[in-house]
Amino acid sequence: MKRAADDPNVAAPSLDVKRLREDFPVLQRSVRGRPLVYLDSAATTQKPRAVIDAVARHYAEENANIHRGVHLLSELATTAYESAREKVRALLNAADVREIVFVRGTTEAINLVASSYGRGRVGSGDEVLITAMEHHSNIVPWQMLCEEMGARLRVAPIDDRGALDLEAFERLVGPRTKLVAVTHVSNALGTVNPVREIVAMSHARGVPVLLDGAQAVAHQTVDVQALGCDFYAFSGHKLFGPTGIGVLYGRAELLEAMPPWQGGGDMIASVTFEKTTYNVLPYKFEAGTPHIAGVIGLGAAIDYVQSVGLDRIAAWEDSLLAHGTALLEALPGVRLVGTAPDKAAVLSFVLDGVHAHDVGTILDQDGIAIRTGHHCAQPVMDRFGIPATARASLAFYNTLEELEALAAGLRKVAEVFA
Amino acid sequence: MSDLRELYQATILDHYKKPRNFGPLAEATTHVEGHNPLCGDRVTLHVLFDGDVVRDVRFEGSGCAISTASASMMTEAVKGRQRAEVERLFERFRDLIAGPEGSEADSDELGKLAVFSGVREYPTRVKCATLVWHALHSALGDATTVSTE
Repeated sequence: MKRAADDPNVAAPSLDVKRLREDFPVLQRSVRGRPLVYLDSAATTQKPRAVIDAVARHYAEENANIHRGVHLLSELATTAYESAREKVRALLNAADVREIVFVRGTTEAINLVASSYGRGRVGSGDEVLITAMEHHSNIVPWQMLCEEMGARLRVAPIDDRGALDLEAFERLVGPRTKLVAVTHVSNALGTVNPVREIVAMSHARGVPVLLDGAQAVAHQTVDVQALGCDFYAFSGHKLFGPTGIGVLYGRAELLEAMPPWQGGGDMIASVTFEKTTYNVLPYKFEAGTPHIAGVIGLGAAIDYVQSVGLDRIAAWEDSLLAHGTALLEALPGVRLVGTAPDKAAVLSFVLDGVHAHDVGTILDQDGIAIRTGHHCAQPVMDRFGIPATARASLAFYNTLEELEALAAGLRKVAEVFA
Repeated sequence: MSDLRELYQATILDHYKKPRNFGPLAEATTHVEGHNPLCGDRVTLHVLFDGDVVRDVRFEGSGCAISTASASMMTEAVKGRQRAEVERLFERFRDLIAGPEGSEADSDELGKLAVFSGVREYPTRVKCATLVWHALHSALGDATTVSTE
């Protein structure tokens, strides 16, 4: 996510976007008689045929419950499910497959940590440290925990560009800080946080770190061992996979020490009415029949994204960001919200005299899908003193032509409101 | 563009850019806050009742063109009217925008408010147009906050 792409002399990275777009059935459709221009990938990414087929194939050919049947289908489903776990491990470069817990999504992963880790470690007068750019899902679980335990939620500030004030952050990591929870990439602003420094500063004071990777995994290589984080959470549906499936990575040592979160089947080793012995990692945290098809679909999504190449994706998205930024900055009345030096391909903006909601409706008439509103980050909107932004968020399947279409659409918005 | 003009009619844009009856109302007898969690928009409605008559009404808040214009035009439409008349107008307006097929035809008594008929074609925008009306509706009752959810 560096800015090599700002230099027009650097050749466009070798990504055959036109061909790759053919892998996505929905990108072939039209909306209101115009080709779909999908610029809402931070909300959810589109799904390649490989993912759709993997989910359908599971149901059509090998549907069975996992980890218990002696029959062939159960064996096939179990193998597919567990091989997807290994794919997640490899994607994140986790040390051990036991560190990969399947959950419903990023939100559930964070709630799991808040509940299982937080309740045991965060006490009265203690502190949990987040930043001012968090998504509600990385605010509310901590608020609930702090309220329950009598702890205090601290918030590290951001500057006018939407970059984290790292010095202020460091000062806030104190003797009462029990956990740091920070987004890797901001969904509302696109800011890429200096997560290695954040981890180093926190670890220097013995504080573990959770990273919200929802907006990161589809756009760059993530190596949890290199980052050194203690927990990492992401959602499958923002990585070209199905909805309803996500991942919590946790360092084995921490997960081992944490109590189970939900009780039920599959998370136990043995049950009597007197005593239950819990299962080993990661099953201790996977009570009940999981979203088997979702996990298999996520595995297919990881295969797909690896075949495209995350480094090439990051480079292409950098050129898209540079091009989109230049186009929007050239439009009268447009102000970008979120201009941090290290940024992902998210273009959040306001248009003078026009509410984001109206921008979204008018663009939709031309088949251009963007998100408008507070992006589940109301404190970010408050920080910038605005009720809402319009947000174009990109993925590797987007093209320069689509950004031109966005700019043309915005000129039309200005015309309607002239 | 023609479809868009159905929604963003000149009257609507005019009320968006120059909202009428905008601001506080010191003598108000009722204050109601309306909230659209979908977009974060908030509108506060101040109503001065004189017995059963809406003597004065003003609003504050920030919102999209549809919600701002709807609030502005609503204040003009209901000022000086009896509660019962306002309730009836509320029902007609709701029918115009989101009522069952055919119910919008009976909109003669809406007068200028009929410019919002285009909203019908935009299901995601229905709440923008009706938020302030729901706030007014609850002002006629007793509630002090309303939400479109």
